[in-house]
Amino acid sequence: MRLNKIILSFVSALVILFSTSVASFAKVVGDKIILGAAISLTGKYSSNGVHTQNGYNMAVDRINSMGGVKVGGKTYKFDIIYYDDESNPKRAAQLAERLISQDGVEFMLGPYSSGLTKAIAPVTEKYGVPMVEANGASRSLFTKGYKYLFAVLAPANLYLDVAIETAVELNGGKPVRIAQAFEQDAFSQDVRLGILDAAERTGSKIIIDDKLPKELNDMAATLVKVKQMKPDVLVVSGHTKGALTAIRQIAEMKVDVPMLAMTHCDAAKLSKQHGKNSQYALCASQWHKSLTYKDDFFKDGMTYAADFEKEFGYDPPYQSAESSAALLVFKDAFERANSFDQKKVRDALAATNMQTFYGNIKFAPGGQNVDKPMVLFQVMCDASGSCENKVVAPLKWASAKLIHPIPKWSER
Amino acid sequence: MDFLVFQYPMITLQACLDGILLGVLFALIAYGMALQWGVMNIINIAQGDLVILGGYIAYFMYLYGIHPAWGVIVAPVIMYFVGIAIYKLVINKVVDRDLFISILATFGISILFMQLMNFAFGADVVLANSGYGTTMLFDNNVVLPNSKIFSAFISIVFAVCLVIYMKKSKLGRAIRATAQNARAAKILGVNTEKVYAATFGINAALCGVAGALISITFTIHPYMGLPYTIRSFMIVIVAGLGNLPGVAMSGMGLGVFEEFADYILGTEFRIGSVFLLLVLILVYRRFKLSRKREYLK
Repeated sequence: MRLNKIILSFVSALVILFSTSVASFAKVVGDKIILGAAISLTGKYSSNGVHTQNGYNMAVDRINSMGGVKVGGKTYKFDIIYYDDESNPKRAAQLAERLISQDGVEFMLGPYSSGLTKAIAPVTEKYGVPMVEANGASRSLFTKGYKYLFAVLAPANLYLDVAIETAVELNGGKPVRIAQAFEQDAFSQDVRLGILDAAERTGSKIIIDDKLPKELNDMAATLVKVKQMKPDVLVVSGHTKGALTAIRQIAEMKVDVPMLAMTHCDAAKLSKQHGKNSQYALCASQWHKSLTYKDDFFKDGMTYAADFEKEFGYDPPYQSAESSAALLVFKDAFERANSFDQKKVRDALAATNMQTFYGNIKFAPGGQNVDKPMVLFQVMCDASGSCENKVVAPLKWASAKLIHPIPKWSER
Repeated sequence: MDFLVFQYPMITLQACLDGILLGVLFALIAYGMALQWGVMNIINIAQGDLVILGGYIAYFMYLYGIHPAWGVIVAPVIMYFVGIAIYKLVINKVVDRDLFISILATFGISILFMQLMNFAFGADVVLANSGYGTTMLFDNNVVLPNSKIFSAFISIVFAVCLVIYMKKSKLGRAIRATAQNARAAKILGVNTEKVYAATFGINAALCGVAGALISITFTIHPYMGLPYTIRSFMIVIVAGLGNLPGVAMSGMGLGVFEEFADYILGTEFRIGSVFLLLVLILVYRRFKLSRKREYLK
């Protein structure tokens, strides 16, 4: 009886050992390069998690159908193992560990949001697994000296400082008075730091500096202060919640401010669902389909948007576009490294200098993309009341002229 | 610290009015909680999630082109049956048990509701536009969105109707009798099982109304229920059970307190100050109780 037990445990130990050792060769199986990703498919980030996944899948299909990745004279195809991180940083870190040590993944794609990327980065760094991420913009990701983290997007502190500079320019180069309200999370606070830098650079003064709670659904107090103190610019960043709450209450309370700058307008579907209430809002975006960057796989933004809509049935938000770009970066790096050695691929990634439909990509030593400026668009409505996002800065891609100052509510 | 609120009298007025309008809405949710706490001895942690579910009903009406204000009629009807269903499935098994068991059970329901709403409606923050416009007072210095006035008005209407119903109707009398002494009510022929189910249903219906109003005035999101539970819990703690004027007053008081905390301490401490107040009140209550106990000794 006892002998039976010993044999049984020995056999099961063998089975486990065998199954893990098979898995640990899984980085490149046959003609497949297997990437790993923990994505928020459930939980509070699930909508953006799905946008991210759709972006990845779209690029995988496109690259595979256009000849795949050529390494060492052989052609490989991309494949991705996904796990659902439930929008939970702890879970994301566990899954990264699992992808690397159990599934044997040697190259990773990023999750959605700065918070989750922050949770995963130490794990990939520990194992020396190169990770190209497309949805973690927090500045703190790029100041930790990570060697294996590469972000295709511009860091969060650059989101809205263009708005402040534009406001100063329109004010005849004179400093402006800024009111700001930011949610207390890593991303929004980084956007805030960017504004503080811009204010210091231009000599502008911050007259209202409110922090918004996570459970935010009322910012009337901030807006009453704005009404009384009449700043030149109002800056709001608090994900979709912040954008929606601000737009609703500014319209309801008829708050007049010459410039309103925000983040997450497209995620909040402001122009489509909130029409005239959101008119003239200025929004920071990583990407807009009207930009004229080009590559061989997706051609340009317009073509990408059309193809994406055909496949997934909705207009691609920038979260999808940047996720697709991450795969293009990996393909380029594999081919230049001409190897699957993690160190060589990492060095190739660090030397990336390319243009994709999403923008130019070139990494700083910290891992952030320094070759792609943010764009600002403004919600503009026609007489029939249908509204659209139009790029107003940088001037190179502007499809409309910035409307400034915003007309008063009594004159609309 | 920011004392702008005291420098501009108009801001003080604005804060008071905003607080009162908001407080009336809180009081409605708290009244439902007080009702079932009093009758069934159950503290419903899922209260806020029922509110959010009611909000989604109004939001979906808005999406399909129906004015979300009709949600205040439709949401309570649907939520009444949701309440009955929750009672039949879970609450009737814990109603005679320890308070702790019922807190655990409703906590479980709360988590389940959050996840189900997230699964079914998505994680996006949504709102329903009422298009009601704004009332400007004192040379445009005080602004009151009509949606807030509307929701305060509807809350009062529902509260008054409920009070009349509890006083005049047969079921209302049965509910009050059960609250006073369930055993005696049972002996006298009151079907307490039915009374419990109806109470839970009425509470859910009130949450439905409040949710519909919140989707019109603020925003809703699957994970936004807890602050509403905490607020109503606090209002009930302050006012005591079965004390409707007390609930209304403490609701408005809490609303005004929140607004002032927002102006003085900053928006980031708004919810935090509510929690702090809750702790202070609980400590005070305990202190008072222990003094009473000393007399008894």
